[in-house]
Amino acid sequence: MSLAGEDTALLPEADAYEQRAFGFWLYLMSDAIIFALLFATYLVMAGNTAGGPAGSDLFSLPHTLGETLLLLTSSLTFGLASVAMDAGRRPQLLAWLAVTFVLGLGFVAMEIREFHGMIIQGAGPDRSGFLSAFFTLVGTHGLHVSAGLVFILVMITQVIAKELSQPVSSRLLRLGLFWHFLDIVWIGIFSAVYLPGIL
Amino acid sequence: MEMRILGRLTADALPFYSWVAVGGAVVTVLGFLTVVGVITWLGKWRYLWNEWLTSLDHKRIGIMYVVVALVMLLRGFVDAIMMRAQQAFALNSDGYLPPEHFDQIFSSHGTIMIFFMAMPFLTGLINIIVPQQIGARDVAFPFMNSVSLWLTAAGASLVLVSLVIGRFSTAGWSGYPPYSGAEYNPGVGVDYWIWAIQASGIGTTLSGINFIVTILKRRAPGMRLMRMPLFCWTALASSILMIFAFPALTVATATLALDRIFGMHFFTNAEGGNMMNYTNLFWIWGHPEVYILILPAFGIYSEVVANFSAKRLFGYTSLVYATMTIALLSFTVWLHHFFTMGASANVNAFFGIATMVIAVPTGVKVFDWLMTMFRGRITFHPSMLWTLGFIVTFVIGGMTGVLLALPPVNYLVHNSTFLVAHFHNMLIPGALFGYFAGYMYWFPKAFGFTLEARWGKRAFWCWIIGFYLAFMPLYVLGFMGMARRTEHYDIAAWQPLLIVAALGALVVLAGITSLVIQLITSIRNRDNARDLTGDPWDGRTLEWLTASPPAPYNFAILPQVWDIDAFHDMKRRSVAYARPERYEDILLPKNSGAGVVLGGLAFTFGFAVVWHIWWAAIAALIAILGTAVARSFRDRTEFRLPAGEVKEIEDRRLRDLAKGGAI
Repeated sequence: MSLAGEDTALLPEADAYEQRAFGFWLYLMSDAIIFALLFATYLVMAGNTAGGPAGSDLFSLPHTLGETLLLLTSSLTFGLASVAMDAGRRPQLLAWLAVTFVLGLGFVAMEIREFHGMIIQGAGPDRSGFLSAFFTLVGTHGLHVSAGLVFILVMITQVIAKELSQPVSSRLLRLGLFWHFLDIVWIGIFSAVYLPGIL
Repeated sequence: MEMRILGRLTADALPFYSWVAVGGAVVTVLGFLTVVGVITWLGKWRYLWNEWLTSLDHKRIGIMYVVVALVMLLRGFVDAIMMRAQQAFALNSDGYLPPEHFDQIFSSHGTIMIFFMAMPFLTGLINIIVPQQIGARDVAFPFMNSVSLWLTAAGASLVLVSLVIGRFSTAGWSGYPPYSGAEYNPGVGVDYWIWAIQASGIGTTLSGINFIVTILKRRAPGMRLMRMPLFCWTALASSILMIFAFPALTVATATLALDRIFGMHFFTNAEGGNMMNYTNLFWIWGHPEVYILILPAFGIYSEVVANFSAKRLFGYTSLVYATMTIALLSFTVWLHHFFTMGASANVNAFFGIATMVIAVPTGVKVFDWLMTMFRGRITFHPSMLWTLGFIVTFVIGGMTGVLLALPPVNYLVHNSTFLVAHFHNMLIPGALFGYFAGYMYWFPKAFGFTLEARWGKRAFWCWIIGFYLAFMPLYVLGFMGMARRTEHYDIAAWQPLLIVAALGALVVLAGITSLVIQLITSIRNRDNARDLTGDPWDGRTLEWLTASPPAPYNFAILPQVWDIDAFHDMKRRSVAYARPERYEDILLPKNSGAGVVLGGLAFTFGFAVVWHIWWAAIAALIAILGTAVARSFRDRTEFRLPAGEVKEIEDRRLRDLAKGGAI
């Protein structure tokens, strides 16, 4: 650590970082309930197409596969970023974070494209209960990924500006929890929304 | 559609639709101006900002929570007495309130009492007391604590602003669609309701996380889980419920907002909406919420009854298990709020039985409290009176609850005043009396002097007599077929009972007046009621080991715990006030104005969305994000209190202890 003695002493005590990680787990549990309820709402409303298009008319398996590959790969690259962080290799850490950012951005771009395509063909969220639930569930996940992208940018800046001090690495740990959590939620969306809609 | 810079906000938003509404607006504005004026006149803005608003000290945040709660209690009670007055007069007449205004009043009464009176009250008490009871110096996340407070304040402000600009919801505190949807309720009322509880709900979720980490990770050496005071256990149970239940409220209100703003079809009549899904989501939160409110009060009663019986709490282990059982079961009963939805008999039977099962651990608790008093040396402190009044009254409410848990009975009395009587019978003694007991019990800990007992007892007697007068008639009226939320009626037989209920509300008003007098006289006589030792009631748990009011760090040396009644045990072994060989530097959280800023931005966002002022809403969101990011760059959020200063504070404390005769 490169911080001067007096400053370092004013950092929170070591337990504090562990407590932050635990608190973040609790937040993720709470967030998981939000997704669970959105999933439940989607499943209840999946058939309420009100004479409008159904999942089989709208979903495209190749498109969803592309999104899935981008997001899952970004989880892998984040894992590599964590390995670089543990090894104290700052340039590699920054590189992997940047790759993760690009992959995440690609995912969000594909999702926006999908939503845009649906809306211009008259299948927007105000068309039916099914589409309201679809846009809200998938959109909430997309918003989380976008927040994660902002979080990655912030952390890239911090790693450059502050080096790998304990507060920075503890934030990176929490960002990792968040990013992998979104991957798991996406697997749920893939299995509960897209696959049954297409098959 | 023409774009307007202020969305749908126009001069029509001013409340000139009824003289009562104008009166409410004037009182609100005058109250606000008076507070601002008095602070300016006293020149206290800097003090207020530095010592309170930006403080991250859990005790100060807790006190601010309780202040919010007491202010909102007054507002919620004004609503209550207005409804009672309306119903007492409205036989074959319109009374003095137009129906639309009456509907706003019952909606804001419920919303305020649950979200902005009970929640801040219990969060405040937990904040002040729990870190001290577990021997900690602060909560785990002091800054997040301040954010929670200001989000709650933002929500409360939205409710208050709706009195002056626009209207509040007319859809009841539960906001059922389709009536709360855009089709039947196009105005701003439901939006005020949604964004007020959305802001405070996020604050509550953060509080829950904060308290769980604090309780599980910050206990003093030797404070094993099964040595924690009961109030800590109930705070833990309540916090777990907060993080698991509040997401359901967030989802229910957010999807309702999507329906209203973007024309989605979650809960609409047409286009594939499913309005019962709202009811399910709302009560998946709503039933655990009842226990979020009640369990901390159970904890307070447990502390009070042991303390004022001068005995160890009877059945500590069974109380812990009963608490956690209730917390678990609270997630299995939500459907009893809408047995009449038309689920099958088997579904209703399941939820009916699950509901009745909750009576078992609750009964265990009642017996534990009774057995604690048995052969105890009871002091009739006002807190003890609230406890006794609670035990008797709550058992009555519990029995009507078991009646309501029977689906066939429920079909007969649902949506009647019988239900209104029942849940007031649970929440007034079950929650509010507990908070009052805690307020009078812990007041010296927060402020350094005791509250005057005489007016406290008067407040208790007025409240309990007023409660019975106000709500027992409603049970009868429910059997006579009176629906809840009735604005006027033509059945003469109801009126005498409604007049009795209105008189009951007046007696409660006397109780509230007594509380105000108690506070004023106690502040005036504070020099004669100083709590020099920090232990005015011969306490048993660790919060009584600290000074009153405690030093910013609570404990100069973290206590070593050997027993459930840790402080009692230390006093018995004469080690409570032992002086350490030397003191060490202590790290404490630095003040931060970011919590106030985030609260202000949340308020701006809510207000902008209510009035469809989209540019302001987007700007507020960006500013919220910017504030959070800026804060995340700060690594050193603490300051060091040098050992020399700690020693000075502790020396003064020891002199006070000697003066108070404790050593």
